Amino acid sequence: MRYDTVIIGAGLSGLAAGIRLAHFNRRVCLLERHTTIGGLNSFYRLRGRTHDVGLHAVTNYNPKGSKSGPLPRILRQLRFSWDDFGFSPQLSSKISFPGVTLRFSNDPGLLESEIALRFPGEIEGFRRLVKFVEDQPWGTAFPSSMTARSTLAEYLSDPLLIEMLLYPVLFYGSASPHDVELTQFLILFRSIYRDGFARPYDGVRRILSVLVKRFRHLGGEVRLRSGVQAIESRSGKAVAVVLDDGTRIEADTILSSAGSVETARLCEAGVTGDVANGDSTAIPSQVPGELTFFESIAMLDRPPAELGIPETTMFYCGTPRFRYQNPDEPCNVDSGVICSPNNFAYEQPLPESTLRLTVMANNRFWFERPSEEDYQEQKRIWRERIFAAALSHIPDFRPHIVDIDTFSPRTIRKYTGHHNGCVYGSPHKQWDGTTHLSNLFLCGTDQGMLGIVGAMFSGISMANKHVLGGQG
Amino acid sequence: MQPEEIRQVLLDILARIVPDEDLSTLRDDVAFREQIELDSMDFLDIVMELRKQYRVQIPEEDYPNLATMGGAVTYLVPLMKDVKAPA
Repeated sequence: MRYDTVIIGAGLSGLAAGIRLAHFNRRVCLLERHTTIGGLNSFYRLRGRTHDVGLHAVTNYNPKGSKSGPLPRILRQLRFSWDDFGFSPQLSSKISFPGVTLRFSNDPGLLESEIALRFPGEIEGFRRLVKFVEDQPWGTAFPSSMTARSTLAEYLSDPLLIEMLLYPVLFYGSASPHDVELTQFLILFRSIYRDGFARPYDGVRRILSVLVKRFRHLGGEVRLRSGVQAIESRSGKAVAVVLDDGTRIEADTILSSAGSVETARLCEAGVTGDVANGDSTAIPSQVPGELTFFESIAMLDRPPAELGIPETTMFYCGTPRFRYQNPDEPCNVDSGVICSPNNFAYEQPLPESTLRLTVMANNRFWFERPSEEDYQEQKRIWRERIFAAALSHIPDFRPHIVDIDTFSPRTIRKYTGHHNGCVYGSPHKQWDGTTHLSNLFLCGTDQGMLGIVGAMFSGISMANKHVLGGQG
Repeated sequence: MQPEEIRQVLLDILARIVPDEDLSTLRDDVAFREQIELDSMDFLDIVMELRKQYRVQIPEEDYPNLATMGGAVTYLVPLMKDVKAPA
């Protein structure tokens, strides 16, 4: 079997890359190990309800008619119209630290006025920071030594304000603890504070179904339950992928959204495994990420707004400095994110009421439970601790819970194949997508783009750059 | 294809790339980029759509000829003279 391009992983980056390539008449096959598409942003049915796997909000949202920004660019590149994804904007969000709250929304003026009110001495510095961020063309790559904290310190002096602004940025995309490279900070800062949040009424499945329908319409092929176990190479070139069932598929180009560590392992398997057919081209070692999350999805008997939780998202921290790191304890209950898919400006209310609570988790603890019973019991214990701690920030919603589901780092690892159960991948991003093999490229999280819009942008730009190229 | 037909082909391509733009007022002598939001990725798409739909090969050094509608039509006339207009 032979294709022009094989794409590993049918998540948002792979689907977007696939559409670009199929649109320009390439024979493309998307290979997905899981039984459904979506990767980190999929959805599932449980006890009669459909849940998004990980989606809090689509960041990088621009309202209909916007001409610049990543969302209009991906719509143009994929030939979609504005209404295809059915986005509804957020209501408003907040960042809550001890004694101080900052509200923000898709109108950047709200955050600015909140900072002017709570941190009057910092407002000029904040405005200069915003100008600096906006002056950088989208996707500008800075040296990795330049970080968010070193940049923020040039504009702001109040450590609490720096913590508060940085917290949502890290939580929604940093693969490294405490800080993030400036290049990614700029993308994330804009995606959260300048562009903003939105959600399709039907959640991520609306986006996925639009993408996969288009891909198939263009002649693209999707194979589910088709995990790749190895990438074979010869003389510095990838020649084929081998599926879990032994099927061998040749391709001129391979795009991998599996992650940099995971992709390197597939290459190693292609050299040394049972299917060994490869060469000794050195596979550079990759740095695995270690940050991961524990999230509970609580179904409520009434909309969260009726319980006094009207925010779209709420980033809460019970200490003046947050700990964005792999915690020593199983879950960091001091801080987290609470969000509700109900709190977006839909034309009609959602039929179900949902609250999601997400905190950082220690992956090893969750991987190493001695038994399934213990794992389930620990999930219950920590969920209750997280809820109890969150009550310092929100009204008690617990009596209104009608159903609940919780995922841990173990769940993330199981369904995404990500080493360590990482959500944001390796801290070392590969902005140009290249690997040690001349025709194998990365797309998705470890190429460096983040969120749903960023993932699609990653797939598009890698397909353009490495497959369609100037000579297409 | 006649120049007017080539112009229509380009308009159809642009309409698909930038569906939210009003192309009815597009001037032939002013750069596309000054009239509509068209970044380098989108610009490359004009070239790729021409190749996909009409098998017209445009080498990279000739891209500047496509900056305006007028320039693009003039450049494409000899390349597309034997190509049939879309039905």
